[in-house]
Amino acid sequence: MPPSPDNKFPRDHYLNATYGIRSWLLTTDHKRIALLYLISVTFFFFIGGILATLIRIHLLTPSGALVTPETYNKLFTMHGVAMIFFFLIPSIPAVLGNFLIPMMIGAKDLAFPKINLLSWYIYIVGGCFVLYSFSTGGLDTGWTFYTPLSSVYSNSAVTPAVIGIFINGFSSILTGLNFIVTIHTMRAPGMTWFRLPLFAWAHYATSLVMILGTPVVAITLLLAGLERMFHLGFFNPAMGGDPILFQHLFWFYSHPAVYIMILPSMGVISEIIPTFARKPIFGYSFIAGSSIAIAVIGFLVWAHHMFVTGESTYAALTFSFLSYLVAIPSAVKVFNWTSTLYKGSISWDAPMLYALGFIGLFTIGGLTGLFLACLGLDIHIHDTYFVIAHFHYIMVGGAVMGYVGGLHFWWPKITGKLYPEALSRIAAITLFVGFNLTFFPQFILGYLGMPRRYHSYPPEFQVLNVLSTAGASILAIGYLLPMIYLTWSMRYGKVAGQNPWPATGLEWKTDSPPPTENFHVTPQVDWEPYDYNNRPDLGLAAGRPLAPAHGDD
Amino acid sequence: MHRTGELYGQFETLEQQKESAQLGMWIFLVTEVLFFGGLFLTYAVNRHLYFTAFGIGGNMLDLRLGTTNTVVLIASSFTMAMSVWSAQTSRKKLLPVCLILTLVLGGVFLGIKYVEYKQKFDHHLIPGHSFDLTYRINHPAPTDDPKELAAERKEIEEAARHEDPAEPENGLIALNAHAQLYFSLYFGMTGLHALHMIVGAGLLIWVIRESFKGRFSASYNTPIEVVGLYWHFVDVVWIYLFALLYLINRHAV
Repeated sequence: MPPSPDNKFPRDHYLNATYGIRSWLLTTDHKRIALLYLISVTFFFFIGGILATLIRIHLLTPSGALVTPETYNKLFTMHGVAMIFFFLIPSIPAVLGNFLIPMMIGAKDLAFPKINLLSWYIYIVGGCFVLYSFSTGGLDTGWTFYTPLSSVYSNSAVTPAVIGIFINGFSSILTGLNFIVTIHTMRAPGMTWFRLPLFAWAHYATSLVMILGTPVVAITLLLAGLERMFHLGFFNPAMGGDPILFQHLFWFYSHPAVYIMILPSMGVISEIIPTFARKPIFGYSFIAGSSIAIAVIGFLVWAHHMFVTGESTYAALTFSFLSYLVAIPSAVKVFNWTSTLYKGSISWDAPMLYALGFIGLFTIGGLTGLFLACLGLDIHIHDTYFVIAHFHYIMVGGAVMGYVGGLHFWWPKITGKLYPEALSRIAAITLFVGFNLTFFPQFILGYLGMPRRYHSYPPEFQVLNVLSTAGASILAIGYLLPMIYLTWSMRYGKVAGQNPWPATGLEWKTDSPPPTENFHVTPQVDWEPYDYNNRPDLGLAAGRPLAPAHGDD
Repeated sequence: MHRTGELYGQFETLEQQKESAQLGMWIFLVTEVLFFGGLFLTYAVNRHLYFTAFGIGGNMLDLRLGTTNTVVLIASSFTMAMSVWSAQTSRKKLLPVCLILTLVLGGVFLGIKYVEYKQKFDHHLIPGHSFDLTYRINHPAPTDDPKELAAERKEIEEAARHEDPAEPENGLIALNAHAQLYFSLYFGMTGLHALHMIVGAGLLIWVIRESFKGRFSASYNTPIEVVGLYWHFVDVVWIYLFALLYLINRHAV
């Protein structure tokens, strides 16, 4: 890591601007709200993680080692609800996006700071309803809430969970709304659309999905909840309703929701890769455009979750084709990141390890998604562990790797302190190894025919299940390590300085931690994004080409 | 962020602030379109599946009250547009008058909606265990027109026979279930709309208070414009609801 020119810890910054619990709970500073979100999503990540651990312990033996079948149903349902609605969807946008987007575009705050705080409170209220459901009997419908199981037959605490997720949706909608308006109207002078960091582009695309998809799942869950509470029949076939309609409406949001989880992570990777390859990003406009393309095409693929519900062959063929289409913008990103690395001057800092891990795992997750988009093959692997492995490669191997990598990358900006370098590299490698050992065996299990959501399995599947549980233990260490040393570094870490990496983004041109108004003077942007070749202000050896001198391009 | 006059600290200029507020409201309305969109889709699918039952259900709505409400709401949109114009042209006396008129018309709408709901409650058309499509024709009120009731009975019996020619009693049960779906959607859609009206009334009360302080003029009128956008949107939703719920397959019985 090159020495930073001014390793002074600033005297006044957003963390010490005001003191006391009220100054945090009533703050409208996007940076403080980001930290409130950081604490809350970590809490739900812990709950989801504990539930995952119980699932993996239970599956150590073919007959199930730990809990009754009913409890097992609740474990995987609550794991899904906690992780998807209360960790993955808010994680990067509400924590890193909230903290960084105003700084990246040179603004003092988001366009609507009070609405930003409101969305955190909405998240907390929704979270309380869901925790109430978890602690008063739990939830056993699967995170998908299929009717009429959820609306008529389930005897678990479905109603508070549905209310909680309904409420939480508005947190997501308001965050998306805030980001879109902010990116449109709050850019500093000179920050044109095509000078925006790719992180901002990714969040713009994510926000589109948030505002267009979330209202639909909100009304759908509201109808399912009303059906359960007042014995109505919207989706209950016994009363003339249509359960398939529920699935269409649910997946109209819940498939694009996958892109809410992965797009911000792609934005993080697009920032990390050029920084640690010391090269301008390859194909800026293609990466920016592919984010929008993923968001748009992502809305047209939902019924590939329903190939076995008996939908018409023409519909299935169309949705299969459109699902293949999403692979194109996704591959554009992977190829462009790889091309950025080519002949770069690569350093192996922890964020870079996460980014490289992301590229590999996301590629596996994406390619196995094509297996599932294939009509014939999906009949065989539908609802098996193959699906579980596939979406964990995207959501954990992709989204969570990006989140943890991003946390490392911007930790010096958020806290003004550096984390311990050697330990962080060990943690990144532990996570990568643990992740693969957990989920790769599940591809094989699924292909051999082990169905998801069953509390027991035939004895011949035990070896692979034990491997998976062993991997989960390593994975758990991989998550606990950063939690410990990142917290430790807040007090004992070395002072980071403005731009420790150094990176080109606007957020690195202010103090770490930044002042409440982000910049002492409104910045004027007169450089192109990721332009490592023309940025003497970064303190990289001046006049020398940044890429290694050997070879020619 | 601290405020200087009408300018919040995160913005550089009042124009930027206004542009942000308007864009924010438009995006919010987009999310509202999708929110109502889920209901409209559920309605469309079921209307297609159970056309006869939905026709019978729709015919039981009070067209006179529904039409009156449509007129009332369009009038309130006019007074809202007048409010925005008054603010933009600094007519500080006219502005609160127009806003109060809008609020009153909104209140009239909700009052008429209450009368309609009460009527449906009396006729056992609230979805639930006591829902009964034939309640009104079996328990006529003295004010009901016997000819109209007889025609309604004939229509329901015919539809039940069409549903299950062998056993019309079972046909009636199915018809009742499907009409119940219609009324579930009727109360869901109009109820959600009424909720939006109530939120709109709250916003109106807030801008009326501010307008009495003379806060809005040609140089600063963002809240009036934004509340206006919201109010017009809620009106437009009603126009669609009126057509879909009251007018399709309307026929004299």
